[in-house]
Amino acid sequence: MNLGPHADFIVAAYAVTVFVVAALIAWVVLDYSAQRRILGDFEERGVTRRSRRSSQ
Amino acid sequence: MAIIDLANPSRFLTFVNRVLPWLAAATLLLFVLGLYRAMGAPDDYQQGATVKIMFLHVPAAWLGMMGWGLMSVAALGTLVWRHPLADVAGKAAAPIGAAFTFICLVTGSLWGRPTWGTYWVWDARLTSMLVLLLLYLGVMALYWTAEDPGRGSRAAAVLSLVGAVNLPIIKFSVDWWNTLHQPASIFRMGGSAIAPSILWPLLIMAGAFTLLFFTLHLAAMRNEILRRRVRSMRMMQAQELAEAAE
Repeated sequence: MNLGPHADFIVAAYAVTVFVVAALIAWVVLDYSAQRRILGDFEERGVTRRSRRSSQ
Repeated sequence: MAIIDLANPSRFLTFVNRVLPWLAAATLLLFVLGLYRAMGAPDDYQQGATVKIMFLHVPAAWLGMMGWGLMSVAALGTLVWRHPLADVAGKAAAPIGAAFTFICLVTGSLWGRPTWGTYWVWDARLTSMLVLLLLYLGVMALYWTAEDPGRGSRAAAVLSLVGAVNLPIIKFSVDWWNTLHQPASIFRMGGSAIAPSILWPLLIMAGAFTLLFFTLHLAAMRNEILRRRVRSMRMMQAQELAEAAE
């Protein structure tokens, strides 16, 4: 595939997009595991939400 | 599960956990197809291969605007019905919409240099798009820096509604003012001005980016619901400790 005389601009545009999308995916995945870990710690210590307590 | 059931955060989490893997797989498949078609698309007779930047720039612009539209609808849910999921949806959409607006501005700038001879010009389309990015940053600041989350959410919802005025300005800026940015060439009276060999890869890429947006949005909403549970459990624990100390 020949990207012509402006190949640098095309490659830079795709690189920036890949970087930003990868950062978004990493943010969502890492945030999810962080929240799950904190909630797991609470449950291990026996701290539960009021709504769950009332249903038990 | 009826749609109304999804208004319950716990049921919404069950729904997200079930749907997310399928949505992610569909996004990946559509990106593979879209990139394959985009890389095989012919060069433009005037712009040459730089037209390939359009396959990123145009979907990013649409989604930057769609993200704000979604936040405006969520703002109505927050202010009128005070529904917690509406607030969650608005807060989760802000960084994703900001990221797509940023991609739109950067790829547009990289497309502008070889096409127009400049990275940036203060014309109405570019400036209104930059204003959209600044509005996104403002909403994110309100959500994440307010000491009282409820007040922060209401302020962010008001800004989301006020900022929606910018959406028609972005859309019609190329018609209302004399801009360096080209006028609409896809959705316009008389049909698209783009050849099908370039239009189809563009539409597939737009579909892939849209699926990516909703995949990320659902995942970010799930994170936000969990974050609120963590916050309420922390507050509950602090209250119990205070009562035990008395």
